Amino acid sequence: MKVILATENVKETTAMRDAYCQTLMELAEKNSNIVALDADLMSSMGMVPFWKAYPERTFNVGIQEANMMGIAAGLSATGKIPFAHSFGPFATRRCFDQVFMSCAYAKLNVRIIGSDPGVTAAYNGGTHMPFEDMGIMRNIPEITILEPVDTVMLKDLVRQTAGMYGIFYIRLLRKNAVKIYEEGSSFEIGKAVKLRDGNDATIIATGIMVEEALKAAKKLQDQGISVRVLNMFTLKPIDKEAIIAAAKETGAIVTAENHNIINGLGSAVAEVLSENCPAPLERVGVQDLFGEVGPENYLRERFGLTADNIVEKVQKALHRKKTS
Amino acid sequence: MNEKMRKDLERFAAEIRLETMKEFKELGFGHVGGAMSIADTLAVLYGAVMNVDPSNPRWEDRDWLVVSKGHAGPAVYATLALKGFFPKEQLLTLNKPGTNLPSHCDRNKTPGIDMTTGSLGQGVSTAIGVALGNRLDKRNNYVYLIIGDGECDEGQVWEGALYAAHQKLDNLIAFVDDNKKQLDGYTRDVNDLGDLVEKFKSFGWHAVRVDGADVEQVYNAIMAAKEVKGKPSMIVLDTVKGKGCSFAENAASNHHMVVDPEKADMVIKELERKVMEL
Repeated sequence: MKVILATENVKETTAMRDAYCQTLMELAEKNSNIVALDADLMSSMGMVPFWKAYPERTFNVGIQEANMMGIAAGLSATGKIPFAHSFGPFATRRCFDQVFMSCAYAKLNVRIIGSDPGVTAAYNGGTHMPFEDMGIMRNIPEITILEPVDTVMLKDLVRQTAGMYGIFYIRLLRKNAVKIYEEGSSFEIGKAVKLRDGNDATIIATGIMVEEALKAAKKLQDQGISVRVLNMFTLKPIDKEAIIAAAKETGAIVTAENHNIINGLGSAVAEVLSENCPAPLERVGVQDLFGEVGPENYLRERFGLTADNIVEKVQKALHRKKTS
Repeated sequence: MNEKMRKDLERFAAEIRLETMKEFKELGFGHVGGAMSIADTLAVLYGAVMNVDPSNPRWEDRDWLVVSKGHAGPAVYATLALKGFFPKEQLLTLNKPGTNLPSHCDRNKTPGIDMTTGSLGQGVSTAIGVALGNRLDKRNNYVYLIIGDGECDEGQVWEGALYAAHQKLDNLIAFVDDNKKQLDGYTRDVNDLGDLVEKFKSFGWHAVRVDGADVEQVYNAIMAAKEVKGKPSMIVLDTVKGKGCSFAENAASNHHMVVDPEKADMVIKELERKVMEL
């Protein structure tokens, strides 16, 4: 792992989906076994350039997510390296049994890309708004679950998974991310990235909440509170060491995720803490609610996915730490 | 098909039934009906059609078999053991702790099993994936796929049917084991499948119906399917659930049943006699 932090957290100029497609095309050029599967969302997922460059290695099955996952499994049994794409809800809950049995239980080799995480589904509304995708996938033994935070991390992780074997779920923000890392950074799957060190509390964040966590840490610094920020981009296998160290060294934890706190990052961190090093934990994320339609900014406020809410939860955790 | 070949395949089918019944007798229960109904087609595939190497089960250029009705595992295991993929003695470990032979087919446990199946409908898609992968690699092999008639209730079967035809997958040859029954009763009573041949034809497949207990008809249908270009093929097998196993054949409910050792012994004797005679 070699991490170069961005000096400024600004919106990137390249959309995540375009960076994704570009990376997959680079990989496909070198490795003829790489194949792409789509379920009538090729345009939305930004996969049209891949299809144009590699039509014979692109399988657009139409609106058939279950069939797509099974075909991906079958392709991998012949040595192909499939990347299967859809919106998050349709890549997970729509075809869970196919991912579970045809892909994972059969110990085949498939990468599943689920886009539009949580509130970023915005105007598609509650039906398309996955607060449960990572939670569903976390039930699959041996799966690797990744949520790349920006294009630098995305490109590195996609390259890495192409050379690995197993079942991967990559939660992909489709649009422009906020820059967290500089080019040249590389990451270790299963190892959290320490974005900022501190002594009083730790914010463990993933996806779009990383930027909010950094903003919250700055606000807390102004209040004289020193906060560590971890980017837990691998939900599974979770980085137990980093969580235990944070609990021991800072004594209060806040998780921040664009996902239901049940069976997402909040749950995963709670499991590690309670078994190893109990510490006050507050969970920022969707409080077991369905999604709804609206602009992303409205939805961030609606579900408490803000720096201010993180600040509040850190204060609460600190209070519990002091009074316990 | 000459007389010798017919007899050889009929004997192989009887041997498959015999070894399958021994597995069930040892276990005391099992998916008797759907294992027995597919024995003749397994005999044809492994006795006269499929290009496989028992000493190298994962040989890349082999023909593949995806048994999407994974509960027919015991009959497939009997077939594979008779072909020499693993010792026949292992058959008696069916479903015992630590066995390599689980109720439903598992590609990671049993030499010669090409795909993990059991949750119905899914083998259709995995078989399509294998066929696409082989075609990308320009292999001249075939993927054979066996699905149950009850399994055709699953929407995934029809998702696959649509896409296999769209992809013009002529290296995919599928069978429906049309034994007329599913777990809860006759298919026509549970959820009527209508005319499967017409349905698959309308999805763009080459589709025929043959007597699934007649090895010559099954063999000829496969040979004809191999000549079909630009389409996947579906051979609907007219079969009897529990075929060749009198107590199962006569039982109203024979999808999964208790196997009485005395009744099993009678069937074993009948089948041993048949093997000797053929």
